[in-house]
Amino acid sequence: MENPILEVKNLCIRYNGAPTDAVRDVSFTLGRERLGIVGESGSGKSTVGRALLRLLPSAQVTAEKLRFEDLDLLNLSEAQMLKVRGRRMSMILQDPKFSLNPIQRVGHQVAETLLRHFPVSKSDARVKTLEMLAAVKIRDPERVHDLYPHEISGGMGQRVMIAMMLLADPDLVIADEPTSALDVTVRLQVLNILDGLVRDRGIGLIMISHDLNLVRNFCDRVLIMYAGRVVETLNARDMDHAQHPYTRGLLAAQPRIGGSRAPLAVLDRRPEWKEEART
Amino acid sequence: MSISRMRLRGALGQAGTIAVTLLGLLLLTFVIGRMMPADPVRAIVGEEASPEIYQQVFQQLGLDRPLWEQFLRYLGDVLTGDFGTSIRTGKPVIEDILHVMPATIELATFAILIGAGLGIPLGVTAAVNKDRWPDHLVRVFSLFGHSMPIFWTGMIALIVFYAHLGWVGGSGRMSQFYIGMVPDVTGFLLIDSLIAGEMDVFASAVNHLILPAALLGYSSSAYITRMTRSFMLDQLGQEYMVTARVKGLSRRQTIWRHAFGNIRVQLVTIIALAYGGLLEGAVLIETVFAWPGFGQYLTNNLIIGDMNAVMTCVLIVGVIFIALNLLSDLLYRLFDPRTK
Repeated sequence: MENPILEVKNLCIRYNGAPTDAVRDVSFTLGRERLGIVGESGSGKSTVGRALLRLLPSAQVTAEKLRFEDLDLLNLSEAQMLKVRGRRMSMILQDPKFSLNPIQRVGHQVAETLLRHFPVSKSDARVKTLEMLAAVKIRDPERVHDLYPHEISGGMGQRVMIAMMLLADPDLVIADEPTSALDVTVRLQVLNILDGLVRDRGIGLIMISHDLNLVRNFCDRVLIMYAGRVVETLNARDMDHAQHPYTRGLLAAQPRIGGSRAPLAVLDRRPEWKEEART
Repeated sequence: MSISRMRLRGALGQAGTIAVTLLGLLLLTFVIGRMMPADPVRAIVGEEASPEIYQQVFQQLGLDRPLWEQFLRYLGDVLTGDFGTSIRTGKPVIEDILHVMPATIELATFAILIGAGLGIPLGVTAAVNKDRWPDHLVRVFSLFGHSMPIFWTGMIALIVFYAHLGWVGGSGRMSQFYIGMVPDVTGFLLIDSLIAGEMDVFASAVNHLILPAALLGYSSSAYITRMTRSFMLDQLGQEYMVTARVKGLSRRQTIWRHAFGNIRVQLVTIIALAYGGLLEGAVLIETVFAWPGFGQYLTNNLIIGDMNAVMTCVLIVGVIFIALNLLSDLLYRLFDPRTK
């Protein structure tokens, strides 16, 4: 891959006081593409996302290589990280009900990203914020700008979140379960908005999810994680040709409309997969 | 409905609540006055009065009338500003109280400023450094403030800072030397001395105020620290704190702009309560420092059974809390923009 945005080689993460690594030997590269990370709860997928932003104060992060564009993420000081977060790399969190500050107007919160990283006036920031709110398909940006998080719906909250995280025009966005907290009916809408913006701006996207179908439809490549390690990496369109029994187990556990009415297969989890060498 | 009309309705509702609370309070003080074993007639006529005189005063006080009529009369008296006469001093109760209240307000206000000024930063520091040494240090410090008997710390502080080091004034509101030098305008010595232009008196008053205020402040800071710590911990664990960090804010910025901004309403509540507690008077510290305040006044009158004074004190404490509640409501609106 030429000019990857992100190169991760043998990333290991251990929470302080934990007996084992939460993430072991995870390696991948990311270009201007959409990479999905799929796994069960506790498989370490969100931990990887937060480690990239260096937002794991209570964990030891080691890697052979953790390169983001021209930066060695492992050796950046906190002061340097402050210039990376929000500006060059950002993250969309799961539930806007909790991830937005309840007592600040949403427009104010979105603009904060811009004000933090650029020497813009408040009025300029407001104009840019309104533009961004319009870009995430909020019909009445002027009105929504002055609302509080409890006054907007979950879908709109997540669009506000996307606006906030894309406002400073980052090169990499990590979406940590961006639609899990949303109603099924607005999931697709929010994903389409995110997808459109990421494509238009040539942003690298890491989509962390437990939803296999969502990831195969919205990503170019997929990492399957199990117990802190990557068991298989696939192109999204080759999902049906998965080799690893765990991936095949996950696929077999998906119900299908019009499919067989027989009970779904129970997901098989074998301890030896935790240890086997990566192929 | 327009917003202004909604606001008007809210204000009217609040006024109604206050009126009902006050009425309940008056009923309570009235009942206390009638239930207490002290005999108001005997207090006036003395032990040796004849039964005829006793009966005469009994009727003069209206004690032969039905209770509801007595209550209405009491209500009328209070509304016209007549709180009765103190048996102990022979002066109208309200006059006595207006004399002791400013001393307590001065002490309580300085104490709460010290308490909040100490407690809030310490609480935030402890929360931010949870389970590390600053947290432990703060916890020990506030545990001391909470658990040391204040009359004891008061005496020790007097011995150390007044008797040995001579840094502060001793007991009373000012040096004996200055008593009577400034005219009583507001009752607040700090203000009165400034009005009179007597800087020496002002300095002496500050000198005498600082030690009891610091001790009371330290003791109330213990509570404020612990509450601030737990409020902050609650906010620091919220997901929006991660959002703020992802945006590129430094930890310090997220702590003060986001987390602290969101606990101000809760802080107002507990500080108002602590302030109310201090305004009730701190009998122990007032006694140790010979501070002529409300706490001492109430306690002395309770002991001798001066019911007019006690009832009025209870009423005043109630009014203080109602006023503080109103004040906190106003501050909520300032600190939580959603309530606008």
